[in-house]
Amino acid sequence: MLTSAAEPMPPLLEARGLKAAYGPSTVLHGIDFAIDEGEVCCLLGANGAGKTTTLRAICGMVRTEGEIRFCGERIDGRATEDIVRRRIAHVPDGRGTFMELTVEENLRLGAYLRPTAEIPAALAEVYEYFPKLRQRLRQQAGTLSGGEQQMLAIARALLLKPRLLLLDEPSFGLAPIVVEEVFALLERIKQDQRLSIFLVEQNANLALALSDRAYLLETGRVVMEGTASELAKNEAIRRAYLGF
Amino acid sequence: MSGVLHQVLSGLATGSIYASLALALVMIYKTTHHVNFAQGEMATFSTFIAWSLIEAGFSYWVAFLLAVAVSFVIGLAIQALLMRRLANAHVLSAVGVFIGLLLIFNSISGWIFGYTVKAFPSPFESGNEKPVLGGYLSAHELGASLVTLAVLLAVYAFFRFTTLGLAMRAVAFNPQSSRLVGIRVDRMLALGWGLAAALGAIAGIMIAPIVFLDPNMMAGILLYAFAGALLGGIDNAAGAVAGGFAVGVIEALGGAYVVGTELKLTIALLSIVAVLIFKPNGVFGRHVVSRV
Ligand SMILES: Nc1ncnc2c1ncn2[C@@H]1O[C@H](COP(=O)(O)OP(=O)(O)OP(=O)(O)O)[C@@H](O)[C@H]1O
Ligand SMILES: [Mg+2]
Repeated sequence: MLTSAAEPMPPLLEARGLKAAYGPSTVLHGIDFAIDEGEVCCLLGANGAGKTTTLRAICGMVRTEGEIRFCGERIDGRATEDIVRRRIAHVPDGRGTFMELTVEENLRLGAYLRPTAEIPAALAEVYEYFPKLRQRLRQQAGTLSGGEQQMLAIARALLLKPRLLLLDEPSFGLAPIVVEEVFALLERIKQDQRLSIFLVEQNANLALALSDRAYLLETGRVVMEGTASELAKNEAIRRAYLGF
Repeated sequence: MSGVLHQVLSGLATGSIYASLALALVMIYKTTHHVNFAQGEMATFSTFIAWSLIEAGFSYWVAFLLAVAVSFVIGLAIQALLMRRLANAHVLSAVGVFIGLLLIFNSISGWIFGYTVKAFPSPFESGNEKPVLGGYLSAHELGASLVTLAVLLAVYAFFRFTTLGLAMRAVAFNPQSSRLVGIRVDRMLALGWGLAAALGAIAGIMIAPIVFLDPNMMAGILLYAFAGALLGGIDNAAGAVAGGFAVGVIEALGGAYVVGTELKLTIALLSIVAVLIFKPNGVFGRHVVSRV
């Protein structure tokens, strides 16, 4: 059959009927979500709702059923390194930096998939965002402060030149002032690069302020979705997650 | 006094062999958290390959390089065919497999090449030159030490300065995070096994002219190497190398001045037990500094 109309652009990332399980216990019970190119989307939910598991599912780090498409192509069931090679960068909970290696080595590893010729410019770009890291290149990553480690983790992920950035609780364990600093940086990166971000956060205020759209997860099911401003106005969300 | 110097130098020469084998042990330990008990027998098998190539008329260095290359491939294959399946196995299953490998390599060596002790040629001696360095070392001891040192330096430079070496270190520290930067973890693990096997091959070929070649050639040497690795810290490459040299010197001095050659293995091991009582992580074993 001939179709003259152009196919609608598929979302950057799309999950349909996504289930995930650790051994016998199912944690995600068939969820749907989509993230468009250039969009910042956040995933809210209580402790244990399955937010981390959702990000792990995207990266092939947990057993899944259902479909995950990236740029229209199935990525579910693929090895983590193959998914990362499609330039999905993941800053996992616990940050995933190499504690025993130096800051510089961590950054070099972040740029592992980049052609050698691009690396100096890529490093210059992240130093622009994270000038503190440049002063600590020779320091062992494990000895950085919590905030600096989170910066390093984000810098490491940006060096992949990601098409989609997955962030798991970037505010975790940080003092409020440092959390603000991290989110201000994320806002700047979003503006500069029109980077697509899927953000998991406990701090719903900050997350909704940064995001275009949001999903609310409860015990492995998506119970609400909408624009960030809709969710921020929603009574139930305000009471449960925003605290006012 | 010159006697002591002689013992120290020849201890350093054999120590360089222990050091490279200790390094091979550490490389495997860091990724698998197991001690590859088969490392010595694998090295012996590699040495037999070099020996038969030389017998077949290849020049020494061609045989050397071919044997090292074949060993590298054997290392890759062991990781790909065996270790990959063993990744989540119980510690004791892993120990069983390593001991199994030891026995397999030992009996294959014996079966193919026989149990008679064979002389192995040295590329540094033609039989009639004088000892070098004023009589302190034989030409072979000096040549073998230089080769081993060069190899150790090359390995150091590889891990320290190349991206591939960095990726291999990253995998040893944190396989999950390595995947998240796009490193193909299984390939790096295989490469590690290949390099360890190649290191072992070089150690075997370099020591064979001194201890003679038979299927059990490396049994004692692996013990010294293991002792060296423990002494320096089994998870610390530089420490293990230093430990290997130290064991060589302790063995030489102890054998010459304290207990005689029959008991020198004992004294080497005793001194190590003594160190480990006070420093369980080895002299250079470090505690990872990290903030939570
Ligand atoms: N490795 C694991 N093995 C077994 N169960 C797990 C594992 N990881 C998570 N779970 C379970 O899966 C459920 C969802 O966990 P997940 O980490 O995805 O929650 P979360 O929404 O990220 O929570 P938090 O806000 O506390 O980080 C929890 O009930 C948890 O106990
Ligand atoms: Mg979580």
